[in-house]
Amino acid sequence: MKKFRNQFLIFLAVLGPGLITANVDNDAGGILTYSQAGARWGYLPLWTLIPITVLLIVTQEMCSRMGAVTGKGLSDLIREEFGLRTTFFMMAALVIANFTNIIAEFSGIAISLELFGISRYVSVPICAVAVWWLVVKGNYRSVEKVFLLACTLYVTYIISGVLVRPDWKQALIYSVKPSLAFDTPYLYMLIGMVGTSIAPWMQFYLQSAVVEKGITAKEYVQSRLEVIIGCIMTDVVAFFIIVACAGTIWKFKPRDIETAADAALALKPFGQWAWFLFSAGLFNASFFAACILPLSTVYTVCEGMGFESGINRRFNEAKVFYWLYTVLLVTGAAVILTPGFSLIWMTLFSQAINGVLLPFVLIYMMRLVNNKRLMKEWTNSTLYNAITWLSVILMIGLTVALIAISFKDLWS
Amino acid sequence: MVLPGRFARPRYGTGRYSMLDFLYLTELFGLTVYDLKGRRLGVVRDAAIVPLVDPVRVDRFLVGGGWSWLTVRHDQVSRLDLTGIWLKDEQLTPYHSDEYMLRLMRDLLDQQIIDSHGRKVVRVTDVTFEILHQTDGDVLQVLDIDVGMRSILRRLAQGVLPRPWIRRLQTRIPHNSIRWEFVNILEPDPQRRLRLNISTRRLENMHPADLADLVEELSPEDRGAIFASMDSEAAAETLTEVDPDIQSSILESLDTEKAADIVEEMEPHEAADVLSELEAETSEEILEEMEPEPKTEVEELLEFEEDEAGGMMNTHYVALPETATVTDAMTAVAGEEELLETLNTIFLVDSEERLSATVPLARLFRASGITPLKDLAADTLIKVHDGEDEDRITELFDKYNLLALPVVDEDGKLSGVITADEIISVLRQK
Repeated sequence: MKKFRNQFLIFLAVLGPGLITANVDNDAGGILTYSQAGARWGYLPLWTLIPITVLLIVTQEMCSRMGAVTGKGLSDLIREEFGLRTTFFMMAALVIANFTNIIAEFSGIAISLELFGISRYVSVPICAVAVWWLVVKGNYRSVEKVFLLACTLYVTYIISGVLVRPDWKQALIYSVKPSLAFDTPYLYMLIGMVGTSIAPWMQFYLQSAVVEKGITAKEYVQSRLEVIIGCIMTDVVAFFIIVACAGTIWKFKPRDIETAADAALALKPFGQWAWFLFSAGLFNASFFAACILPLSTVYTVCEGMGFESGINRRFNEAKVFYWLYTVLLVTGAAVILTPGFSLIWMTLFSQAINGVLLPFVLIYMMRLVNNKRLMKEWTNSTLYNAITWLSVILMIGLTVALIAISFKDLWS
Repeated sequence: MVLPGRFARPRYGTGRYSMLDFLYLTELFGLTVYDLKGRRLGVVRDAAIVPLVDPVRVDRFLVGGGWSWLTVRHDQVSRLDLTGIWLKDEQLTPYHSDEYMLRLMRDLLDQQIIDSHGRKVVRVTDVTFEILHQTDGDVLQVLDIDVGMRSILRRLAQGVLPRPWIRRLQTRIPHNSIRWEFVNILEPDPQRRLRLNISTRRLENMHPADLADLVEELSPEDRGAIFASMDSEAAAETLTEVDPDIQSSILESLDTEKAADIVEEMEPHEAADVLSELEAETSEEILEEMEPEPKTEVEELLEFEEDEAGGMMNTHYVALPETATVTDAMTAVAGEEELLETLNTIFLVDSEERLSATVPLARLFRASGITPLKDLAADTLIKVHDGEDEDRITELFDKYNLLALPVVDEDGKLSGVITADEIISVLRQK
C-alpha cells in the first residue's frame, strides 16, 4: 500500500505535460473536425477513435521518453544530431503551421463568444491581451495549474453529449465496427480526423514540457501513464463531440457544417444547457490552445536555433523570443478581425502545412529515439519499432493523401 | 604585414584584410586539399584540436578522398586560404578515431557550450579561425565560437553560394561571438573529459548563483558531469543556489562519496533541505559517507519539518557567555572566517547555554575593548521555538525589521539562527 501511495504521489508530481498536450489537441480545429464528422456521417466515424488513440499514444510516448531520458527538447536534439539547416527549415515550417493554428484558435474564441452575443471586435483583442498577460506575468508553476483546470473543463463536452440523448446502442456498435467506404468526402473526413489529432507542434511541446518539469528516466513510468491517460481523455472528448452532433444534426438532416458555431446552434432545440456547455467548451478549448501554441512555438524555435529564450529574460536579452511571440499573437488575432477573411481556406491551408511537416518530424523522431548513444537502454524494442514504424508509415500515407486533397481544394 | 596578436582583435569580416587572415569552420568544411604537384587529394571533412598538446591550434585536418578519410597533420600544410589547402608533405596516414581529439564538426558544431564570460549557455553555430602565416607553413588557430544571425546565414548559405559571396553578404549583419578562452565544452563522459583536458576551473571562478542558473539550463547528464568534476567546496556553493527540484536530481546522479563530500561543505540547514528532498535510501547512503561532525549536525536538522523554525535555521552562529567583553567577541569572530561575510548578531548564553541576549554586531565598533557585551545588548530579546511555523516567523521579521532571529529548543537553549536571506528565499518561493 505504501508503495502504491508513493507511486501515486510521483504520478501527481509528474502530472501536467501529457494531460495538457493531449487536451490542447482538442482545440478549435479539432472540435470543428469532430463536429463535421458527426454532423455529416453520424455514428459512422466513431470506429476511427480507437486506432487514433493508439497512434497518439505511440507518438506521444516516444516524445516524453526522449525528454525524460535525454533532458533535451526535440528541437535541441534535431539541431544536435541533424545540423542547423535541417533545423532551420523545420522551424520555418513549424512557425507557419503553428501560425495557422493560432489563427484557428482565435477564430474559435471569436465564434464561441459571438454565440453569447459578444462581438469579435471586443472578445478577440481582450483575449489576446489576456493570453499575453497570463504568459508574460504568470510563472510557469501557477500557469500550469490554470491549464490543468482548463483540462477538466472539457467535461462540458461529455455533459452536452449526454444531454442531447443520442442513440447509445448505435454509438457503441459503431465505436468498434470499422466501416470503410471509398467515397472521397468520407475518406477526406477520416484523414482530417487523424490529421487534427496528431499535429507536429504536440511532439515539440510535450517533450519540452517533460524536460521543463524535470522528469527523469526514474519517474518515467508514471509520466508514461500520464501521457496515456491524456491521450485517452482526448479521444473520449472527441467521442462525445461526434455523438452530440450525430444525435442532433445528423439524426434529422445529415449535412455539412462550416463552423463549430453551427454545431452549437443545432444543439439549442435539445435544451439550453447542451448548447451552453458546447459553446463554453469551445471557448475554453480555443483560449487554452491560444495560450499554449504561440509560446510553445517560440520556445521550440529559439531552442533549436540557439536564440536566448524564456520569459524570465529581459526584452533586450531575448529579442527574437519576444518579437516572435508578440508577432504570432498580434497577427494571429488581427487576421480574425480582417473583414473578408476566409476561415475555410485557412483551415485547409493549415491542414496541408501541418501535413507536410508531420512526416519529417515523425521520421526524425524515430531516428532519434533509436539512437543508442542518446537513449541508452531506452531505445525502442524491435516489436515496438515494428508498431511505431507501421504507425508512422500509416500516418505518412494518410497525410500525403490529405495534402493532396487539401491542395486540390485550395486551388479549385 | 603585421599579424594581429591573438588578443588584439581586428574587426574581421569587414575589410579586405580580413579575407586573408580569417577562416570559418563553414568555409573549412569542403575546402579542397592539394598535394605537392597541385593535384586534388580530397576535401576537408572535419578538423580536430588535441587540447592536451595545444588548446587552440588545429592539429589535424580530416580529409575525405575516395573511400576513407586521411589525416593531414598541421605541420604538413604549406599554405591555407579560402581557396584551398596546399601540402608540403604528402605522407598521409588513414584516419583512426582518437579519443584525444576534439573534432570540431562532430563534437563542437551545433552543441551547447557554456560561455563563462557572458554567463550563458549557447549553441555553437560556427567557429572562427585565425590563419597564422608562420615561416614553415600556415597554421589555423581557433579564435571564436560564433552564435547569432551572422553565423546562421553562413550555415544556411554554406555549399549553396560561393565562399566569397557569403562573406560579402554577411557584413551587414552584426556578429556575435565568444572568445575561445571563455568557452567551456560540455562532455558527460568523465574519461573523455580528462582526455580532452576539460576543466571546470573557469566555471568555479564564476559566482555560484550565476553558475547555478546556467546549470539549470543543461541536461541532467551535463549537470552531473560538471558537479562531478568540480571542487567540492565550489560545488557545494553552487548546489545551494540551484532550484530545489534540480538539486536532488544532481545529487542522485553523483556517486555517493562525491555527493557526501559536497553535502559536507554545504551549510548544515541547506544540506538538510537537500537531503530531505531525496529518497530516504539515497540520503541515508550519503549520510553514511559523511564525516561524523557535519553528519550529526545535519541529522539533527533533518528531524524538523522544512516549514518550521528548526528546518529554516542555520547552525552557524557566534554565541558567547554572558560575561564576555568586546575583546572576547573580536577574538571569537576572527576565528569564523566563513561567517564574517554575513554575520550581524552575536548571541549571549548563560551557563546552561540558554539564550539570554542578542548583540548587534555594529555596536561593537563604538565600544572599548573592556566593555561587557551585556551592556551593548538589544533591549528586547526576540526569539522563537524550533517548532514555530514559517508564517509567524516571516511576520516577526517584518514587524521587528530583523536581520537574524535566534531559535531555541524547549529548554531555552540556543539551537540555531534564521537569517533574513532565508526569509527572502521563503517569500520568493510563494
